[in-house]
Amino acid sequence: MSPDFIIAAIITVVGLSTPILLAGLGELVVEKSGVLNLGVEGMMLVGAISGFAVTVYTFNPWFGVLGAAAGGALASLIFAVLVLQLNSNQVATGLALTIFGTGISSLMGLSFTGRIVMPFTSVFPDVLAKHDYLRLIFGYSPLVYFALIMVPLTTWFLKSTRAGLILRAVGENDLSAHSIGYSVIKVRYAAIAFGGAMAGIGGCYFSMVITPMWAEKMTAGRGWIALALVVFAGWRTGRLFAGAYFFGILMALELYAKASGFSFLPSQFWAAMPYAMTVIALSFISSRGTAGANAPACLGKPFLPST
Amino acid sequence: MTMISRRTLFKGAGAATLATLASPAFAEDKVKVGFIFLGPIGDYGWTWAHNKGREALVSELGDKIETIYVENVAEDASAIPVLRDLAQQGCKLIFTTSFGYMDQTLEVAAEFPDVKFEHCTGYKRADNVATYNSRFHEGRAVLGTIAGKMSKTGVLGYLGSFKIPEVVLGVNSFALSAQKQNPAAIVKVLMIDSWFDPPKEAAATETLINLGCDLVTTHTDSPAPLQILEQKGLFGFGQGADMSAFAPNAHLTAIEDIWGPYYIDRAKAILEGTWTSTDTWDGMVDGEVVISPYSAAVTADAAAAADIVKAGYMDGSFNIFTGPIYDQDGVERVKAGEVMGLGDLAVMDWFVKGVESAA
Repeated sequence: MSPDFIIAAIITVVGLSTPILLAGLGELVVEKSGVLNLGVEGMMLVGAISGFAVTVYTFNPWFGVLGAAAGGALASLIFAVLVLQLNSNQVATGLALTIFGTGISSLMGLSFTGRIVMPFTSVFPDVLAKHDYLRLIFGYSPLVYFALIMVPLTTWFLKSTRAGLILRAVGENDLSAHSIGYSVIKVRYAAIAFGGAMAGIGGCYFSMVITPMWAEKMTAGRGWIALALVVFAGWRTGRLFAGAYFFGILMALELYAKASGFSFLPSQFWAAMPYAMTVIALSFISSRGTAGANAPACLGKPFLPST
Repeated sequence: MTMISRRTLFKGAGAATLATLASPAFAEDKVKVGFIFLGPIGDYGWTWAHNKGREALVSELGDKIETIYVENVAEDASAIPVLRDLAQQGCKLIFTTSFGYMDQTLEVAAEFPDVKFEHCTGYKRADNVATYNSRFHEGRAVLGTIAGKMSKTGVLGYLGSFKIPEVVLGVNSFALSAQKQNPAAIVKVLMIDSWFDPPKEAAATETLINLGCDLVTTHTDSPAPLQILEQKGLFGFGQGADMSAFAPNAHLTAIEDIWGPYYIDRAKAILEGTWTSTDTWDGMVDGEVVISPYSAAVTADAAAAADIVKAGYMDGSFNIFTGPIYDQDGVERVKAGEVMGLGDLAVMDWFVKGVESAA
């Protein structure tokens, strides 16, 4: 295996991992605040079309990314109003958000089918971005670096800031947080909007970076993998990062194995791997007796203060 | 024309429910024709082409018929209620436009003996179930000829969906044609187990390129592979429709599926009461498989060689499945001078020599 071959394979893995890492980080924060939003797939699609549309109109991918974040956040706020204000069931509402996001993105995308934009690739000079070896470091879209920076930032926010502590408190025991004067609803609104924005940016990675076009349902189920990833990671950012790349490597391995003529395992096996690994990870965590130590105690429960 | 579509806000919800919701207020005298589609009509590939055929039907016979279509119907048991619903809405003719609807079509057809069904690319028929297909492999022979002439490495990529006869034929036709131009050409096949998954199609294309392919043809439905080829400065072909808008430089030509004339014929047969269960397999000469204009990047000798193949199919003098043909293990499967018939082709499940595949 030549270095070229390995570098190209790594670049493929990065492309597969980045969108689920972005969406997974957002969902992790949402779940840490005690809300389960199953609408990741829908928010990714809304982000994908929003980012693409803004890029078409402004010719500026940076605005496109902002548009994707705004689109994802707006979609998530519909969910937020329903579950926070009206105390609707989070699982059902999240699923509805996926269905809604799929539909509204198709509708928004009607006039954008068949158009393309410039791919949002590396902003480094070609000397670095297209260099035989240095492209391994400099050859990616800015969104890849953004995702990587967001990993320690999110960790730092959750672990070391006052706001992060409040967010976790809200997720662990909403009534206590409420009784000492924190606004559970406001914190959760902020967390949900952040999750939506991150899912939106993850979605626009498809429509602006990998394949700079819009196609209906183009995320093809990656939102569900991002959801599995959060559980796989046991609600820890570091493990989420590792998990995203682990899933990315699994997806790439499937392709490389098949394209190289190996057929020792059926492809359905590979396709099921991210989910199977999540189940295995969950069982493993449970067997160590630390189950639930990381799952926020209020996850998925409506906030119903008595006063 | 009535469109039942999941493109609306409800997309993804149970298609059957929606089909029921949108049923009232049809003009009673018009004959209803139903379609179920695998992907979104905006896929710019397979489903897009079938929808173009449906539109051609409407513009030709719109005063006598109306069409109902349902998009994004999965190739599993969920197709059954969708089909039942179309039949209950009064469709007299229903087109099921993907291979994976085969058994579901037969099951529902048995429940509605008065409704005629047409299953695309399958091989099971009944009194009220006809099958139809295009000889896409004729188009693949043209693509393979261009690929064989233009590939520098002689290693060609073939991004496929599933190992079904239609795809196997495509691979073999492509490989045999490329080998006529470059006897050393090999074709690496990668099946991604999906017809429409742009991120996976993109990653699979990158994989094939990394494994040495300098030209990749696609048998999945999105333009994603072409966009990867465009970014890498390599070449490929459109599938189902002219996809040059997505990859102006990489797109050499495309196989366009033209379903309109067949849909019009069959709807007319319903109107005139002459419909019978048939097995239709039209090709280039019938105008059902059309090669898009070559791009400027197609070299003169590649274009000339491709034109010979095209002309051969138009006048019936050429068939790529003419022996001797060897399988992957080098065993002679078709003797010199023998030509494989359509019956043999319809069930072909082995790859020819020079194809590298996982199974």
